[in-house]
Amino acid sequence: MSPSIVAAKNTSPLRSLGGGDIMAMHRRTQQRRERVIEGGLFIAALTSVAATVTIIAVLLSESIGFFKTVPLTNFFTDTLWTPLFADPHYGILPLLAGTLVTSGVGLLVAIPLGTVSAIYLSEFASSRVREVIKPTLELLGAVPTVVYGYFALLVVTPGLQQIWSDLPGFNMLGPGIVIGIMIMPFVISLSEDAMRAVPMVLREGSYAIGATRLQTAWRVVVPAATSGIVAAYVLGVSRAVGETMVVAIAAGQNTNLSWNPLEPAATITAYIVQVALGDLPHGSIGYQSIFAAGLVLAMLTFTCNILGHLLRKRFREVY
Amino acid sequence: MAAQSPLRQPPSIARRKTAEAMFKVLGIGSLAIAVGTLVLLFGTLLFQGAMRIDWQFLMSYPSRHAAQAGILPAWVGSTLIMLVTTVVGVPLGVAAAIYLEEYARRNWMTELIEVAVTNLASVPSIIFGLLALGLFVHILGLGESILVAGLTLALLVLPVMIVTTREALRTIPVEIREAASALGASKWQTIAHHVLPYSGAGILTGIILALSRAIGETAPIITIGALTFIAFLPPTPFSTQPPYLSFDWLLSPFTVLPIQMFGWVSRPGEDFASNAAATGILLVGMTLTMNGLAIYLRYRMRKQVSW
Repeated sequence: MSPSIVAAKNTSPLRSLGGGDIMAMHRRTQQRRERVIEGGLFIAALTSVAATVTIIAVLLSESIGFFKTVPLTNFFTDTLWTPLFADPHYGILPLLAGTLVTSGVGLLVAIPLGTVSAIYLSEFASSRVREVIKPTLELLGAVPTVVYGYFALLVVTPGLQQIWSDLPGFNMLGPGIVIGIMIMPFVISLSEDAMRAVPMVLREGSYAIGATRLQTAWRVVVPAATSGIVAAYVLGVSRAVGETMVVAIAAGQNTNLSWNPLEPAATITAYIVQVALGDLPHGSIGYQSIFAAGLVLAMLTFTCNILGHLLRKRFREVY
Repeated sequence: MAAQSPLRQPPSIARRKTAEAMFKVLGIGSLAIAVGTLVLLFGTLLFQGAMRIDWQFLMSYPSRHAAQAGILPAWVGSTLIMLVTTVVGVPLGVAAAIYLEEYARRNWMTELIEVAVTNLASVPSIIFGLLALGLFVHILGLGESILVAGLTLALLVLPVMIVTTREALRTIPVEIREAASALGASKWQTIAHHVLPYSGAGILTGIILALSRAIGETAPIITIGALTFIAFLPPTPFSTQPPYLSFDWLLSPFTVLPIQMFGWVSRPGEDFASNAAATGILLVGMTLTMNGLAIYLRYRMRKQVSW
């Protein structure tokens, strides 16, 4: 060390104040700041966990009050759902049937159309076609559901009435079809992802032994992507089951235990909307009933979501 | 010999080509149904509602007479709720994304957070409504207010915000972070001065997508008790006396555009259907513009990877 630096150090004004300590203090402050920031970010990340836990807690706690009045056996076997009538019945079956019929119709539309579209987009379409179609599908998926409800009630149902002249203005078929179109972009995007994850060498091998594109798509790509495609269907079911505004607007508000899509019937979601539009006092059985209905809905969708994500994980891991 | 061959004779080339052509028609047909629906939907809305959109419609309160009714409280409500959703949801989503992408260690806690985010993304929106009704409205006692609606939608769009922000952060090359560290920047300095500014466009895309989702949501807002018929505006956020800003509007009852549309769709009569369609045009117009913008931003980002 040169003498001049030593001299400078000795005469540094910081020396008398303990310059080394200030540096260390500065570093400690900074470290503390870093830790505080990390803690804050962690708390923000925890919000999702908190929200999930709160959803379950709220649904369960209000439902417990409901099931104190209504035995579980009634809930699952009674064929009437009339919690707000003078003679109340609490059988979830009619609502469940409404939900399953509208979602079923939706899937009958979305699965064939979605799968064919996805195969076409992934295996046949040129990249330019894809560049145009994919954003368009994204827009289709972004239209607010209340607008789809309007479309189901005032366009699709009148159209169907041209075919079945005795179709009532509220029915499950029209909204079912609209739900199908609505979840189609979602099914297409997920199953196309799965097909594109199939390695190119599998296709090249198939072409090399003389298969056409269609044969390759159908016998090589689709089987290889099965778990991903099924995941797309399952997650589509979850969307269809939870769909609210389309059915609340176009499927009617009467609970009706029916498996016939040409009839009107309320779904679980439509019932929740119907009750929420009224003014039920907090703590009443009617108020609790929407949480019990919500709990059934949440369990249906949770099951689908878990199954769907397990399947999706599988297709990611294969290659 | 050929007839007894254990190998199935493949279909002739001509037949295979026909099958292929037929499948292409089927594929284009399916996509045409989807795209056609979008066109038909927008066409119907325009046909039925376009003539209702004028200054009077935008500046009037709802009314029993369809021709005098307007959407003033609805768009004011939607705007204020989007404000709350943005102020709460954006920082929360960005912070969570930064934690998951930059800080999180591989352990069960991180795994739990990831599962919760994926799960929230696929919970039906009406369940968020029930959460808000139980927690915000009754347990916390915030009432059926703009604040509650904004908070509910902030939770609803949280997964969208987190996923898009993480994608944006992931596109920043690790060399940028290493260079900053090498110059003595702390982790947070690296993030705040380099990583975040460079991923701004991606985060903006996330904000736009989140708001476009939030503005069209109806079910959760109905569940917390929004009214379909409101003939007043929330108190103004500005006042002439100090402190000049007032937050009374946060606790005001409200309505929003999609609920106004729902209210009109459920009423019989051609005139109210026109009002619904006109509201629908505005809603679809807004969501499509926002999504279009997001798509454009993403497209531009993909074009100019200039690291």
